[in-house]
Amino acid sequence: MFRRLPEIETAAEAVAFTIDGRPANARAGDSVAAALLANGITACRNTPVSGAARGPYCMMGVCFDCLVTIDGTGNRQGCQVRVAPGMAVETQNGKREVER
Amino acid sequence: MTQPSRGGEYDVAVIGGGLVGSALAWGLARAGQTVAMLDEGDIAVRPSRGNFALVWVQGKGLGMAEYAGWTKQSSDDWSGFADLLYQQTGLDVAYRRPGGFMPMLSEEDLQARANTMMRLHNQPDMIRYPYEVMDRETLRKELPFIGPDVVGGTYCPLDGHCNSLRLLRTLHKGIGLLGVDYRPNHRVERIEHRDGGFRMTTAAGEVRAGKIVLAAGHDSARLAPMVGLSAPVRPQRGHVIVTEKTVPFLHHPTVYVRQTDEGGVMIGDSFEEAGFDTTLQPGISSAIAQRAIRFFPLLGKLNVVRSWAALRVLTPDGFPIYEESQTAPGAFVATCHSGVTLAANHALTLAPLIAAGGLGDRFAPFSARRFHVPQAA
Repeated sequence: MFRRLPEIETAAEAVAFTIDGRPANARAGDSVAAALLANGITACRNTPVSGAARGPYCMMGVCFDCLVTIDGTGNRQGCQVRVAPGMAVETQNGKREVER
Repeated sequence: MTQPSRGGEYDVAVIGGGLVGSALAWGLARAGQTVAMLDEGDIAVRPSRGNFALVWVQGKGLGMAEYAGWTKQSSDDWSGFADLLYQQTGLDVAYRRPGGFMPMLSEEDLQARANTMMRLHNQPDMIRYPYEVMDRETLRKELPFIGPDVVGGTYCPLDGHCNSLRLLRTLHKGIGLLGVDYRPNHRVERIEHRDGGFRMTTAAGEVRAGKIVLAAGHDSARLAPMVGLSAPVRPQRGHVIVTEKTVPFLHHPTVYVRQTDEGGVMIGDSFEEAGFDTTLQPGISSAIAQRAIRFFPLLGKLNVVRSWAALRVLTPDGFPIYEESQTAPGAFVATCHSGVTLAANHALTLAPLIAAGGLGDRFAPFSARRFHVPQAA
């Protein structure tokens, strides 16, 4: 389980967003991947071919293991997007759908 | 354990470890031959690792009806070929034959395409097959995501596709199970024909065989004259783009765009005369991406994950060369740019003939002698 450093926990403003439709809280400046980890979501997707669970690994845009659906668009790199108030983040089951 | 044979250590040495060489080696070993497959190292040009994976029939063979028939035969045999590979290796090469489309962006192109198909089928000795010229509304029933610029297209129920990287892997696994001696890093420097067999000087020592098959793609141009053959092939570059994996939405392959069994969308079909240069040209990649988006606008939403350029192996007329040497009997050349489409033929038809000792009259049209015409003054 990931925990925030105490100074971050208190300093930054709270941001309300949703994970798979459930209300969740992050801190201003969090990436979506960091916000998921802070909310206890360590597997954000499973892979399109084998179905293996994947979670954020590199946190810097390289590994593509933090892919999630953000506001209806699939395969976004969670570590490269800042969480925003009201953002709808969905964990991803397999392949992206091209129409969303 | 391989048994010594007349002229060498092996009954046959296949030179080239790509799709053509691997399919032939598989078929030769299945026909009971002891086989060595001599491959280059990783610096080889390797079109088999860069292709578009179509098993394609429609439109091929204008100018050589025998090639159209040869292609149709491979398409007809492909499903059984894939089954044999699966039974042997447990690997699925994902062959599907849902029929393929060639969508068109102007009435003029559609008319030209229809004329080409008609002329192809009007050739003497043509083995005809079904195809349709479709208007936009008919096409849209099959391909619901076409863009407003698509005016229609042609369809052929024989067209299909596979996972060509897995095909190469499966063939390599299959030849291993059949006892073929796969020798990477064995670039052939010299071939000598003597004592009824062939001696090859390679980067990693001498190899001897009773028969040889040149299936070395681009390198066959260099090797063929060593055994009295010719393989005038040139590289023609093509770009491919592949997107992230998505839920299946494109249920038929097209010449330009297809969705793979694993969900990625491949975009291709560019042609450039660029010599032995596999450098990616961003202008060409963006042109084929823009054209693909005109065919299927929703592709514009997808992320590209990879792109590359590969070099087709093309003869002057685009048709394959299959020939046995007259001055060095037992030396064969097999080269084509459709190593995926023709894999079933190479494995199931051509290899058994080579194993049995000769190609026969059917292959006379595929001889490179068709290029040996005097230049006009």
